[in-house]
Amino acid sequence: MCRLAAITSNEYFSPMENILALETMKEGHDGSGLGLTLKDLGGEFKEFKKYPILSGICSKKGSKTLNDFMDKAGFKLKDIWAPKIKHVKGITPRDHYFARVYDYPTSYKHKPMSEKEDLLMNIRVVLRKIGEPDESIFVFSFYPDVLTLKEVGDPLQLGEFFGLDRDNIKAKIILAQGRQNTNYTIYLYACHPFFIQGYCSMTNGENTAFVPIREFLMSRGFPGYVGYNSDSEVFTHILHYTVRQLAFPLTYYKDVITPLKASEIQTRDDRDALRLIKQSLRPLCIDGPNVIIGFVPDGTCFMVHDSKKLRPGVVGGVKGKYALMSEECGLDRAIPERNKSEDIFPMKYDMVMVKPHAEEVKVWNQLQG
Amino acid sequence: MEPATRLDHNHKLSLREFPYIIRWRDDRCKRCGSCTAVCPVKAIEPTVKVQRIIQSEGPVPTPTAVRRIVHVIEQVTDMERYCTGCGACTLVCPNEAIEPEYNPQNKFLHFKNRGGEGYKRGGRKNDPSISTLDRLKFTRISMLTDPALDAGRHEFRVRTLLGRILPPDELPLRKVNGKLVVDKEIDKFIPPVREIFPIMIGSMSVGALSPPMWEGLAMGVAYLNEVEGLPVVMCTGEGGVPPRLLKSRFLKYITIQIASGYFGWDEIIHAIPHMVEDPAAIEIKYGQGAKPGDGGLLMAQKVLKLIASIRGVPQFVDLASPPTHQTEYSIEEAVAKMIQSMSMAWGFRVPVYPKISGTKTARAVLNNLARNPYAAALSIDGEDGGTGAAYNVSLDKMGHPIASNIRECYLDLVKQGKQNELPLIAAGGIAKKGNLAANAAALIMLGASAVSVGKYMLQATANCFGDEYNRCNLCNTGKCPRGITTQDPKLYRRLDSDKVAERVVEVFKAADVELKKIFAPMGRSTELPIGMSDGLSVDDKAIAERLEISYAC
Repeated sequence: MCRLAAITSNEYFSPMENILALETMKEGHDGSGLGLTLKDLGGEFKEFKKYPILSGICSKKGSKTLNDFMDKAGFKLKDIWAPKIKHVKGITPRDHYFARVYDYPTSYKHKPMSEKEDLLMNIRVVLRKIGEPDESIFVFSFYPDVLTLKEVGDPLQLGEFFGLDRDNIKAKIILAQGRQNTNYTIYLYACHPFFIQGYCSMTNGENTAFVPIREFLMSRGFPGYVGYNSDSEVFTHILHYTVRQLAFPLTYYKDVITPLKASEIQTRDDRDALRLIKQSLRPLCIDGPNVIIGFVPDGTCFMVHDSKKLRPGVVGGVKGKYALMSEECGLDRAIPERNKSEDIFPMKYDMVMVKPHAEEVKVWNQLQG
Repeated sequence: MEPATRLDHNHKLSLREFPYIIRWRDDRCKRCGSCTAVCPVKAIEPTVKVQRIIQSEGPVPTPTAVRRIVHVIEQVTDMERYCTGCGACTLVCPNEAIEPEYNPQNKFLHFKNRGGEGYKRGGRKNDPSISTLDRLKFTRISMLTDPALDAGRHEFRVRTLLGRILPPDELPLRKVNGKLVVDKEIDKFIPPVREIFPIMIGSMSVGALSPPMWEGLAMGVAYLNEVEGLPVVMCTGEGGVPPRLLKSRFLKYITIQIASGYFGWDEIIHAIPHMVEDPAAIEIKYGQGAKPGDGGLLMAQKVLKLIASIRGVPQFVDLASPPTHQTEYSIEEAVAKMIQSMSMAWGFRVPVYPKISGTKTARAVLNNLARNPYAAALSIDGEDGGTGAAYNVSLDKMGHPIASNIRECYLDLVKQGKQNELPLIAAGGIAKKGNLAANAAALIMLGASAVSVGKYMLQATANCFGDEYNRCNLCNTGKCPRGITTQDPKLYRRLDSDKVAERVVEVFKAADVELKKIFAPMGRSTELPIGMSDGLSVDDKAIAERLEISYAC
């Protein structure tokens, strides 16, 4: 079972804070991977807020393929950031870790954001297809103001390896996952957090309903619903499908993955809609055991559980900085100065949402809607 | 010159040709005559024989030949009166003196075509081998990495949906103050959907079944719904619905079938204005797994007063349903029209779905229905399904097994993204070996939304003798020794409808528990694991490949 550490703040902070929180939960991850997704970037990325950032890893050969492909696609490179790699015992460095800032092709500059998002996602999916067979290119995200780093190894060592303790890379929202590989092979694309068009999530636990959910998503005719090297990737895609594609308010994510039973639906104001949603999205119901932590494009972070609450999870902090963790020790490490008595341990009907800029925490209860 | 009597008996069959041979024990028999009276086919008869016995009496051996007349029970060697192996004789014998024994060397089918008429019978395909369904195992057990659920403690929702389900992007919803509401201004048809227990009682008609049998099933279903909270539905089969039931509130647990004979439909249509509840669904029968492409037949001797009134026909006439609907010209027109007409009859408040025999062409039917927004489901009845009357050749040789038929249909729907829109109902051979919950769960994981059981219900709730060794299978003759498939009061008085109802309740309650015992270790409880094919394995590579599941040995 993986460990999850997410922090959201109104000030820029270093991903080392997440990594140190993960370190306190060390018994729960085994070095089979670390994933970091940073949103609302500071440091040198501050001036590139509007430009998409392609995050990934490539070999020397892959680097050339990537450059040629992006040139042909009409993307102009504006900036390259690469972690300052420090050799650490046990971690074999790959050729290039990168975050490349691009300018959109001329024809897309004035297009609406939704079309730009589709372009970025399609480019990412094609690059993934090109690079996957020989593992020459891995791409994790391609989106404005979002950066992703992934590698196999112990989180603390990887922090050192990527030089995150020395670098001034910072962000206002950072999701980090220390991976404990279970079902599938250790593989970079199986590493959380997963990202698609501004929606990001990470999960621990298993997803026993994985196959029907994957089949349902893949048959939506949406080109971004691919991958699934981890059964948890579907949680991100369900989020994307519910909130972006179907334009449901975020709270309905909870209603989709853990629908209420008929008698409980009866208590809700929106029962007629809920009944239809439950039927139409029946294959997206999860059975756990899971806690899901994620963010949406406006910067709202959330935590939600399976319908039996078979995994722990805690949210706490101070106004302006909140952390969403799979274990309380991680929260103690990240925000020790908070009033512990106000910590929130969401139960099976709850969805905890932290507003953008960590302004406020809200617990939404599914029974009351 | 020809002898007056043919001493060689060359025109007679020997008992070795017969499927069941009666083992009768002279020493145990008290000659009460119960066995010969109860035998539904008169395969045994009392007779007298002359015996020559050497006996000796007194202290000194003085063997003497004595001729004695003895009473015996004898099996006849007339193919029209073959022993069906039902064992009614054993059941009534006070001294365990008689028992039919299966004869694997029989040449029954060589001779069962007297008068140029093919052998007709009831029951299901005579294939006692282990079916594919019984070979499937549930192998994805949640262990440590994802703790198994507790079938006794966690909340389980073993329910399914019957009815056309709208795709999520077509839901008529709009946002109001951060909440979704159904937009009444959008003129969107929202099809009716029922939440039911995923095991249904399949179509068996009033007429094919005796009054106490049908009544027992219906009472059991009503009890399950009203007392146990298990929303089980049962299908009427083609033969109408008892008038009182049509006008009762229990109609909501009943799926009414319409088939090619339209028996009883005049009465049903006329009762619509008086109905206080809508039926659960309407099933349009286009085919039956037991006898694909063949029509139904209720023989004249079963058409007594009650049946005649329910079906709206005169008494004592053969009631034949044609192999196809008279109006069936093409699936695009006739079937679509039929579905729409039936929907319209109940104001589009009742799901209407067709039932077909398992066939290689099922996917073609499916694809057509997938495009028809009024089609509520597709029920596919596999080759192992049962029937009250059919030609043996249809039962044994015609049809398609259900497992791969359901699987390919489901995967076809997945390709189109419609796997949740058009529910598939699987039938035919479920619980053939008694594994009701396991077979149902396997079919659900292959892609079925629900399953239908018929023959098993007769066996489990009314002790039907029939099996895959052609035991009994007399349903077509109206001489059912258990009183299940007969309209003869002397026979159906043997069956107690209350006991049948009790067994129906027991069967479904046990299946509910067993389904949970299957789903819990696989970590599923909230929704039915439809299409969760990673949970299944089979010990045969060819089956694994065909069903696109894993091989395990």
